[in-house]
Amino acid sequence: MGMATEAQFHVLAVDDSLIDRKLIERLLKTSSYHVTAVDSGSKALEFLGLNGSHEDGQRNPSPASVSLDEDQHQQDVEVNLIITDYCMPGMTGYDLLRRIKGSSSFKDIPVVIMSSENIPSRINRCLEDGAEEFFLKPVQLSDVNKLRPHLMKGRSKEMQQNISKRKGMEEILTPDRTRTRYNELEVV
Amino acid sequence: MERNPMRRQLAIMRQSLFDQGYLDEQFIQLEELQDDANPNFVEEVVTLYYRDSARIILNLEQALERKPFDFNKLDGLMHQFKGSSSSIGAKKVKAECTLFREYCKSGNGEGCTRAFQQLKREYATLKRKLEAYFQLARQAGPAETACCRKE
Repeated sequence: MGMATEAQFHVLAVDDSLIDRKLIERLLKTSSYHVTAVDSGSKALEFLGLNGSHEDGQRNPSPASVSLDEDQHQQDVEVNLIITDYCMPGMTGYDLLRRIKGSSSFKDIPVVIMSSENIPSRINRCLEDGAEEFFLKPVQLSDVNKLRPHLMKGRSKEMQQNISKRKGMEEILTPDRTRTRYNELEVV
Repeated sequence: MERNPMRRQLAIMRQSLFDQGYLDEQFIQLEELQDDANPNFVEEVVTLYYRDSARIILNLEQALERKPFDFNKLDGLMHQFKGSSSSIGAKKVKAECTLFREYCKSGNGEGCTRAFQQLKREYATLKRKLEAYFQLARQAGPAETACCRKE
């Protein structure tokens, strides 16, 4: 099959705090993830190749001089998960979440929010709007361990899509086998 | 049990930082992220904290010189500072941050000024103690085995 099954997961970490960036980077690397850490939501979007060209009222100064169509940057850099601080100047983590989930290219990337403030309405809003997890700061190793299932799900979905593409019309499970399995339940 | 007397002294120093409330559980989390590949992680983070937070302290000082106080701005700055302090496990400093923020919320300028003075004292005390701790750690050399590291 030749799939890079053991390729490292790549996590994009977003936090305006230098200390917290160092911390999250170390936590993620300890878990064997490849990490890119940026200090703002707009830099995160820039890294993904999603700049503000489609958004009106985007107040962040975008250094990108070329206005690129979103589709041209279909995962130039593969990111398997985004973990972002909530409270950041300019674009909040919530704003970033909305941008990611509103993007056809990137909406399937799991997003995790971190915050030092335990505000239930904030937490609920993030989870309702697509965040997979909400971590209270300071983030710990036990929190980072919760990321793996979200990453594995993304990878298995990706592999499934690749398998379907390669096999074309061929069915993975023949109807006969499926029927047999469900009809022959035996008490062991 | 550490056989090296310096290591024993280091362990005692470390324990007292917790017992006296200077550090909390988060510091232990940092220690757990330290390993052979990243042997100075804790000291690196603490050094970064003192460097980075010096800037915030300066901003707070400047903001506290402008009357009337902009409590929103002060609270915003303190939120940042509290976050960093919390990330390194600076327990007393974090408590002073919380107090300051409460004064901001109630618009108590005098309270803010007092709390800030106290905060700077705690901040400086912790810095001194951690510097001494890391200096001793360097002199004491690496732990004999990993299991004794946190004794």
